[in-house]
Formats: sequence, C-alpha cells, structure tokens
Amino acid sequence: MNMVNIKINNKDVKVAKGTSILNAAKEVGITIPNLCYHPDQEVKANCRVCVVEVEGARTLQASCATEVKEGMVIRTNTQKVRQSRKVVIELLLANHDMDCTSCKKNNQCDLQEIAANIGVRESRFENVLVKQEIDTSSSSIERNPNKCIRCGRCIQMCSEVQGLAILDYVGRGGSVDVKPAFGMYLNNAACVACGQCSVVCPVAAITEKEDIEQVWEAINNPNITVVVQTAPAVRVSLGEEFGLEPGKIVTGKLVASLRALGFDKIFDTDFTADLTIIEEGHELLKRLSDGGTLPMLTSCCPGWVNFIEQYYPELLPHLSSCKSPQQMFGALVKGYYAEKIGKKPKDVYSVSIMPCTAKKFEAKREEMSVDGENLDVDIVLTTRELAKMLRQAGVDFTILEEEEYDTPFGLSSGAGVIFGATGGVMEAALRTVYEVVTGKTLENLDFMAVRGLEGIKEAKVDLDGTIVKVAVAHSLSKAKQIMELIKEGKADYSFIEIMCCPGGCIGGGGQPFGGTDELRIKRTNAIYEADKGLPIRKSHENPAVSELYKEFLIEPLGEKSHHLLHTKYVNRKK
Amino acid sequence: MQVKEALDKYGRTPDKLIGAMLAYQKSTLCNYLTEDDIKEFAKETKLPVSRVYSIASFYSLLSTEERGENIVQVCYDVPCYINDSVNIVNELEKILEIKMGQTTKDGLFTIEYSSCLGCCDKAPAMQIGATLYGNLTPDKISSILSTYRRKKDE
Repeated sequence: MNMVNIKINNKDVKVAKGTSILNAAKEVGITIPNLCYHPDQEVKANCRVCVVEVEGARTLQASCATEVKEGMVIRTNTQKVRQSRKVVIELLLANHDMDCTSCKKNNQCDLQEIAANIGVRESRFENVLVKQEIDTSSSSIERNPNKCIRCGRCIQMCSEVQGLAILDYVGRGGSVDVKPAFGMYLNNAACVACGQCSVVCPVAAITEKEDIEQVWEAINNPNITVVVQTAPAVRVSLGEEFGLEPGKIVTGKLVASLRALGFDKIFDTDFTADLTIIEEGHELLKRLSDGGTLPMLTSCCPGWVNFIEQYYPELLPHLSSCKSPQQMFGALVKGYYAEKIGKKPKDVYSVSIMPCTAKKFEAKREEMSVDGENLDVDIVLTTRELAKMLRQAGVDFTILEEEEYDTPFGLSSGAGVIFGATGGVMEAALRTVYEVVTGKTLENLDFMAVRGLEGIKEAKVDLDGTIVKVAVAHSLSKAKQIMELIKEGKADYSFIEIMCCPGGCIGGGGQPFGGTDELRIKRTNAIYEADKGLPIRKSHENPAVSELYKEFLIEPLGEKSHHLLHTKYVNRKK
Repeated sequence: MQVKEALDKYGRTPDKLIGAMLAYQKSTLCNYLTEDDIKEFAKETKLPVSRVYSIASFYSLLSTEERGENIVQVCYDVPCYINDSVNIVNELEKILEIKMGQTTKDGLFTIEYSSCLGCCDKAPAMQIGATLYGNLTPDKISSILSTYRRKKDE
C-alpha cells in the first residue's frame, strides 16, 4: 500500500494514501467531532464542525473532505480550531429547538454530545428558530424539522441506498429544509417507513414513532396478559445500547430484561420464523409443481412489502402469501394462544420487539386481525424503544442473569435466528426445502453463497437433479434492480429473498442509532454464531412447530394456515 | 408551451432541466411551476420528484408558489443592504400594500428578495423581470411601478 508521512499535533504518523485527515487522526487516537460525515456515505463537508489547521493552507480545512498529502502538518486542537468549532455549533444551536431535556434523543444526540465535548458554555446568538409542524402522519417514523441540522445524511440514505429519494433539500440559504417534495406528509410521500433515515440522523429530526406508554399501561393492568415476541436481530444489537461490544449475543439477557419489565410471557419470533419456513417452503414447492407465478418473492419484510405495493404492484402475484413472522405470531397469540390460556383475545396484549420501524405500520394494517376487532400485534417497539423502557425502569442490563424463553412459542431453530441477516430466510428455506424434496439429510447446512453484505447474491441448489436458482437482495436500490429484471422476463430464479434494509434486519431502521457497515458485519457474524450454537438448525425439526401442526394447524397451507398465517396485498401505487 | 415541448427543445438530461423549467415557466402566465408540472418534469427526465422540487425551490428565478405577472426582486446582499435597500423594500410594501414575498390582489406584482444581482456599483438595486434598476431611492419606486401598470392597461 502507498503510504504517506504526515504530522498530526506534532506526532509523526504514517497512513495510507487517500486517507482523509479525519480518519488519519482516528488512527492515532484523536476523535475529530463531526456531524454530516458518515463512514458509508459520500463526503458532504457541509457541517464544518470537523475543521482543522493545515500548515500552508489559507483557511481551516474540513478534515472529512481533505486527503492527507506527503509532509502535511496538521493541528486538530489549536485555539483557532476550537473557536471555529464552537461558533459552528453555536450557530446550529441558534436554529435548533432547545428543549433537550424532553427530547426523544436526549443523551443520544450527536449535536448535544459535541456541544458538551467542545465546551460550548454560552450561546452568543439569539435563537431564530421558526417552529414548524412535526410530521406525525406516519405510524412508523416522526419527522421533526425543528431539530434538523440539514446535514443531508438522511437524503443520501434514502436516495442512494434505498433508491427512493423521498427526502431532499427544499429552499435556499438560511431557510433550507429537508423534507418530502411539496412539503408532503410522509404517509402521502410513497415512503416505505423503513426508518433508515432515522438510523443515520445525528439529531432527533427523524426518529421512530414512540409507543412506549401504551405498553406500560398494559403491563400495569392486572387484568391483561401481556405477551411479547422478540425478533432475531434484536438479540445481536440490544447490547450496544448498554455499552456492550457490538455483535454480542444477548438472547438470555434480553429474555431476563423483558421479565424484569413485567411482561407475562416471553416468546420468540424465531418460532414463527420457523413456521414461516414451513409455510413458505411448501408454497414454493406448490408453485414449482403447479406452474404458479415464479420467481416467488419473500414477504417477511414489511418495508419491502410497502415498496412492492407502492412501486411495483403489477408484480404482487410473485409475492409469497405468507404473513411475516411477526404477524404469524400475532395471529397465533390472538387466534390460538388466548383460548389455550382461557382468555379473550382482547385481554391478551401482544407486543413485539423489532429491529424495524416498518413493522409498526404492518401491525396496524386492517387485515392483520384474526377476529376483525383486535389487532393481532397491539404494539411494536423498536430495539431502541426497548432500551428506553429498560432505562426508564432502571434495569441494569449488563448484570442480568441469562434466562430462558417461555413455552410453547419460545423454542426455535438456528434457521429462525438467521432470518435476522440478509440471506437468512433463503438459507433457512433451502435447509428445509432440500430435505423435504430429496428426503435426504443435508450434510452441509451453511449456504455461504447467500451470506454477506454484497448487494445481490445468487446461488444454485441441486434438489436431486432439479437445479433451483435463487437470489438474495438487500436494500431497496437492489430490490429495484431485481424488479426490473423480473419485468423484463430476465429473472430466471425460482425464489428470491428481499430485505429492505442494508444487511437485512440486523441493519434495520429500529436498531440502535448510528448504524454502519462495520457494525452490520459484527451483528451478522453474531447471528450466524447464534445459529451454530443451537441444537436444532432446521425449521422442520423444531418440535414445537411439529406439535403446533399436530394439535392445531393440521397441515402446511391448510385451512387454518390460510386463515391465520397467509394474507393478501393491495396495489397502493402513489 | 407544454412541459414535453420545453424538454424536447432543451433535452432530457439533468443538466438541461433548469433551462427547460425556466422556458416553460416563462410561457405560463403565473410565473410558477405547479405540482403537476414538477411531477411531469420528474417523470420525463427520470429524476426523483423530490430532486426536481428541490431544484425548483432553490433558484430564485423559479418558483413553486403562484406569483404575479411581474416579479420585483430586491437584492438582499451586503452592498445593497448597506446602501439602504431596506428603504426600497419599505416603499414597495407601502405602495403595493403587500408584504415581502406576497402578490398584489390584481396579480400584477410579486415582491421578493434576491441574491446578488451582480451590479453592486449601482446599489441598492432591484430587477423586474429581466430589467435592472439601480441607484434606487424610495422616490423612484412609484414611477417605475407605474410603467408596468401602464403596460398592462395598453
């Protein structure tokens, strides 16, 4: 590698050519504060917080946008630099809603943290914020323009990664805003509610819609049984909220923490992930044998379902009719479990903990009610909201003893766990489909070709002579490419898994703030590690699933399944 | 003129968009681009609607809100400011009986701020349509506006 010699704060450093000053400084243990910079995005250099002194340069340089050069002499902590950063932060604060103590991101806000770190002690500028309406139209995310610092991270996420471009700059100069075209509300703007904007927002301009209070109410009501399910991806990210290393598997602590909060039954969405595999696997086999619409597309991901309903409704026949694991779970809770424990559906409150904001929307879809009166999933909380509840209750997550899920819906396989990563649903399906079709035992369970962060992955599986071609895509810009291929008749796959968020659910819009690819890789590795550690790794070998079919569902794609576990989609083109 | 015609003339690549939008806007009598116009420009150029709206909202020659027949743009930059452009604004607001950014009831005038008009030597300055007026004093405003009223009457 080509190296250059530079001097940072009088220290000689050798770094790779092409490194930015910001990253070079990081290598020697100096954090340069920044707001608009994001390691996975193009350099924007608009916040001007990361300025440094470069010897010979006329003005302060934005360290995120300046590459190191041989012999460069950099100072990151001079009086001039400190003053400049302070002015920038003070100016941002002068156009910012300063109700920090009641802000949703109090103590999780980059602007607040930088202001504290660089020692802003006064505001020399009068606050000139003209308050605008907070957009609460979406059931998943909330846009608060009074907090926005116009860094543009959300714009880039929405347009480059998701390919939607719902948000953009509007206006010029001091009156620039970030919002949808024509100032539309998010629920009118063909937004799919993925929440990726909220993950990259450094302040509280875009956050999840907070539903914590309803859950406290249910927990505190002695007449109600509160049942909770936890999505696969939450167990590899929740620890980050409490300072544990990224990629730490905290399944046992997660269960213990939910019990500590007062939930009555702690179940696992992985159980219905296994159930999804049985239903979806059989649906695929049926389509293959009956000449059904192919390629079949997965339907676990509500952001993706929103996308196809709004952007490619003509391709809806490709979408599996299976509900997502969350909704299968809700349907079982209200349509099976309630009766089993002698309760009416309305007296069982069903909560799900999801890495996702779009799940909030999905749970509120009117067809997601088995009795037509009560929602199958009453409330969806994101990973971030669960962490907030734990902080509110004063639960010290780090020292909790590990606990086990409740029966019967707490038992799951490794196939259910890997739903949390891109490629996981495909791999889980292949493990089952292979054995169902061939009747042979699958020797190597790890389908490496569908793992990892590459945008579109392909694999071929030999089912006793029949070659099945499959594909996996994550992020909607990649989903769009696949949709175009199908439209052109060029997608010669049988089965395609699509996840809306980069990395799959581990990179979901409800995961801890500040997600990066680096974190996504760590969480992904943890997911596969969790899979490896489980005694059962194939969905069809989950005894609780077999028991459920024996006792209640009778058969995959049967009448009960049709009623409880499958759904229909609507053309919602805007 | 139709949106399609403007794009046929200028081209459908992103770099031609501003010219096409300006030409199209000029051909409409209300000096602005409607929501449908912006959506059509987006569809035709294959750009996101949010991007086209962003561009239309950025440039002071384009507008996303209905405006009058004559756009009076007063320079808001420093040289004009220190040469008392504020008095010009006050005079315009007084005569037209509207506030900055508004349009007169008869639809004849809209007053707006503009960034530097490039004639700091004639500060304070304003432009109406493509005509520049420099070295302004409040007492000149009335007669300038009258010429536009007369044009309308003729």
